[in-house]
Amino acid sequence: MNPVTMKRALRLLCIAATLAACSSAPVSERPFTSASELLEVQAVLKRDFHARGSAGLSRLEPDAVQQACNLNGNVPPEFLVKALEAQQMAAIKFPQGSLVGDWKRGQRIAQSGRGLQWNDGPKDVAGGSCYNCHQLSPQESSHGTLGPSLRGFGKLRGNTPEIQKYTYGRIYNAKAYNLCSQMPRLGHSGTLSESQIKDLVAYLVNPESPVNK
Amino acid sequence: MQLPVIFLLLFSLGAPGAFAQDSKKEIEKYQQMIADSSPVELFELQGEALWRKRQGPKNASLEQCDLGLGAGALRGAYAQLPRYFKDADRVMDLETRLLHCMGALQGRSREEASKRVFGNENQPSEMELLSAYVAGESRGAPMAPGTAHPKEIAAYELGRKLFFYRAGPWDFSCTSCHGEEGKRIRMQDLPVLSTPAAARPVVATWPAYRVSNSQFKTMQWRINDCYRQMRMPEPNYASDLTIAIATYLTVTGKGEPYRGPGTKR
Repeated sequence: MNPVTMKRALRLLCIAATLAACSSAPVSERPFTSASELLEVQAVLKRDFHARGSAGLSRLEPDAVQQACNLNGNVPPEFLVKALEAQQMAAIKFPQGSLVGDWKRGQRIAQSGRGLQWNDGPKDVAGGSCYNCHQLSPQESSHGTLGPSLRGFGKLRGNTPEIQKYTYGRIYNAKAYNLCSQMPRLGHSGTLSESQIKDLVAYLVNPESPVNK
Repeated sequence: MQLPVIFLLLFSLGAPGAFAQDSKKEIEKYQQMIADSSPVELFELQGEALWRKRQGPKNASLEQCDLGLGAGALRGAYAQLPRYFKDADRVMDLETRLLHCMGALQGRSREEASKRVFGNENQPSEMELLSAYVAGESRGAPMAPGTAHPKEIAAYELGRKLFFYRAGPWDFSCTSCHGEEGKRIRMQDLPVLSTPAAARPVVATWPAYRVSNSQFKTMQWRINDCYRQMRMPEPNYASDLTIAIATYLTVTGKGEPYRGPGTKR
């Protein structure tokens, strides 16, 4: 979709969204909102945040995915979902050669919740924060439940080139597969490096990994 | 103003390493253990001393601070915050109002008064101790923040929008963690704070003492630290943004008798 078409689509959506906001939804549900409300919130963020450490104010700039999800209560219309998912997919940088690294290194990356916070030092190596939300190895009982369990990931899906590519892409940019996914875009956001994502792929698909034991 | 070392020792012994396994049960056990000698009381006492201490260019105490019920009226005042204050033409939460009084009564600059609002395990901040004292004076009072003034309504509405707004490099909103029933991050249970049922016990127990790091924490800190974990820049202390979120949460959880300052994991 070219920028002009996109803009027009967004404008149409705003009108639809404003109407939708009139119907009273339970408070706990994610609300649809209007473009003017989004602008109001964005102006407040710009006014009431300051940069600290590595967390600069440029982080407040919304991208097309965030706009679409915020505007539509995380369920944008199908045509917009398809267009933006394709755009996100096209931006994934798949490495040349093998997509599978070292599962032991991957385990450490999955455990670490460091990275991108204002108190993380510039030399701190970021982690994937995987265990914050997912179950992976049965030996790690301290796991979150915000995301689905990934225990037995490779055992269930296999270790084919297609699965490896899917796994790499999904970690790199979850929004390419599910536009308003709650999972951070760990490669796209610059949180994890190519080799770190490969190590996580190994942690998930390697039959020797505790995830698959 | 050092905390008695023996208390800190008790905490570290009393907080078992098994939190990750069965945090709820352990906290209940711990809370029972400390029921007779609540660490919160210590903070309240230190806060009361600060409340009465003359300081600043005007060499005045905070005793005449108007927290909404009139100058010096403390009983139940915290339970009615955040609310609109005519003298400042602004909705204020407890910490913002204390900053206001430090300026108006003690003649202190905002910069000086807010220089060190978040303390650490060795030295709580003045703001944390004052919050403990003032909040403690509302025990038993139903939480009844302002909901009538147009600026109170606007603060609530802004807080609600901010609660659901996704931003930053990780695309997080408050609902990324506090949006679905029965979820946890690592072993920590996550309340769905947009629902009264989940917000009420939270609102009724902040500010709070945190066992895991032996520190007394305020609501401004809680919001600040969530944004850190969301990978966002840092929100300005006592800004309209943080007050709006505090207002949204408090109004959502209103009605519960205040039983804090609480004791948290």
